[in-house]
Amino acid sequence: MDKTNKLFFGTNMVLLTQNEEERYAFNANMNNARNLSHILKAIHFKDTATVFVTENGMKVTVEDAKCIQANAFIQAQVFQDYIIREDSITFCINLDILQECLSIFGSNPPSVTAMRMMYNGYGTPLVITLEEDGAVTGCSIKTQEPDQTLDFEFSAANVINKVIMKAECLKEAFNELDVTSEVLQITMSPDHPFFRLSTFGTLGQSHHDIPNTSDMVEFFECNQTQSNRYRLSLLKPSVKAVNLATKVCVRMDHRGFLSLQYMIKNENGQICFVEYYCCPDEELENNDNQF
Amino acid sequence: MRFRTKVFNIDCIHHFTNVVNTINKLLKKCTLRLTPDKLYFILPDQVSNGGVSMWCELKQANFFDEYQMDGVSSEHNEIYMEIIAENIVRALKSAHNAKSMKIKLTKKQTPCLTVEIELPSINSSSRLVTHDIPVSVIPRRLWDEYQEPTMPEFHVSICMPPLKTLKNIAERMKNLSTYLTLSANQEGDMVMKVETELVTVATRFQNLELPPFKDDDIASQAPSKLWPPTEMASARVDIRKFLQFLAGQQINPFKVICNIVNQSAIHFFLIHDDISLQYFIPAASV
Repeated sequence: MDKTNKLFFGTNMVLLTQNEEERYAFNANMNNARNLSHILKAIHFKDTATVFVTENGMKVTVEDAKCIQANAFIQAQVFQDYIIREDSITFCINLDILQECLSIFGSNPPSVTAMRMMYNGYGTPLVITLEEDGAVTGCSIKTQEPDQTLDFEFSAANVINKVIMKAECLKEAFNELDVTSEVLQITMSPDHPFFRLSTFGTLGQSHHDIPNTSDMVEFFECNQTQSNRYRLSLLKPSVKAVNLATKVCVRMDHRGFLSLQYMIKNENGQICFVEYYCCPDEELENNDNQF
Repeated sequence: MRFRTKVFNIDCIHHFTNVVNTINKLLKKCTLRLTPDKLYFILPDQVSNGGVSMWCELKQANFFDEYQMDGVSSEHNEIYMEIIAENIVRALKSAHNAKSMKIKLTKKQTPCLTVEIELPSINSSSRLVTHDIPVSVIPRRLWDEYQEPTMPEFHVSICMPPLKTLKNIAERMKNLSTYLTLSANQEGDMVMKVETELVTVATRFQNLELPPFKDDDIASQAPSKLWPPTEMASARVDIRKFLQFLAGQQINPFKVICNIVNQSAIHFFLIHDDISLQYFIPAASV
């Protein structure tokens, strides 16, 4: 606590000396904090996030009910300076607090907040310094014991069906899903209906089809008809991601596990990815079941 | 008791509307005090207000074309009344393109402040909107409760950075904690800080202007004279009360001075051409 206090209130708090900077195991800076907060918004459906830092970049993971996992990847290139002095760093952090800190000066353009992020290893707080128009904010967020994150064993080799489309068309479909339905059924097939989202609500069934010939579809590779149900409450958070994304890749593996990859552009035009994994709700008795 | 006033200039109406909107953001029920040359909106320092108090002063000549008033008696030529600020705001909503507006004290079933608004019309017949706002007139014996607060014996006085920036920051801080510590020294530094079990956030502003007090204004024994210039004076306040003050500022003050009485209160003093507004927030104990 002593050190952070010095950082906040020392007379020279803005400019850390070279020595002080070197002490940190992880030290990165970004000229626009929104580049980070924007992408974290896409996975912000639970308070606690696990952060993994390696020399390639930062991965932030959020999980719920051991059934859904969201990962945001922020490559080292998105930062202007990126120094890590250990092979990898893992810690848990309260995402609500992190987001509030990153947007402390307000999150609306045209204001641009510069950010520096520092972490000094197990048990120490994450220290963030933000600067805008001469005002400087120092934040010290307690980190927590990292949680074991789930491994969905989702590998590209087992992917059966894969569709890449523009985010707009899923945006519409996701935002209008019938919330009274408990599940969302996703059907992917080499023949009609190609790509179908179905809900079964109190007011009846609803199907949303996207044919493979649609302008929105950029890549379509379905080998086998698959129809799986996913808890709508689990998939709902990914609406946040689809609203920010430009492209979406939907994949299903042989077990019916779903992977949704969102491509999100930041204000500097760099591309970041957010990935959602979700396990199917139940196995349908007959996998070829057609509605 | 008599009070009637008339205004023709739409800019003055808008200006008055802005002031009332600001007051409405700061408090629900306020006291309106009328004197021959000034109007006051007052929130007295009472426990029921959570210790927050406000004092806002307007020169009537800057707002009204005609202004007549007779107080309760010739030696006490003033009127005090209690009014719900939101009701004035509602009434003034009809006035945003008015030709003229009259405000007068009337006796209906209860005493009312009647706002008569003349709206422009395309034909010769006039369009008139009237709002009656019930008020309760405060008797002479209670007037003493509504006297101008004395300037506190502050330790540090500093000009605030743009209120919009402060508002953004305070809004974020509100989501982290209920209390905020505002501190400043006499070298132009100001710090807003929240501390919880999970997070410490401190925003620091530097090189802020210091209010130009003349040396004779302040007694040599005043706390601010004895306070070391580099030492931070601080007060811990409820963020919601602080935000209420920041959210209300629609009158683009020319300067906002923040006076800190170490560990006991913050006094904001807002200076505008023809309006002065003071707002007190007591410090919360830790």
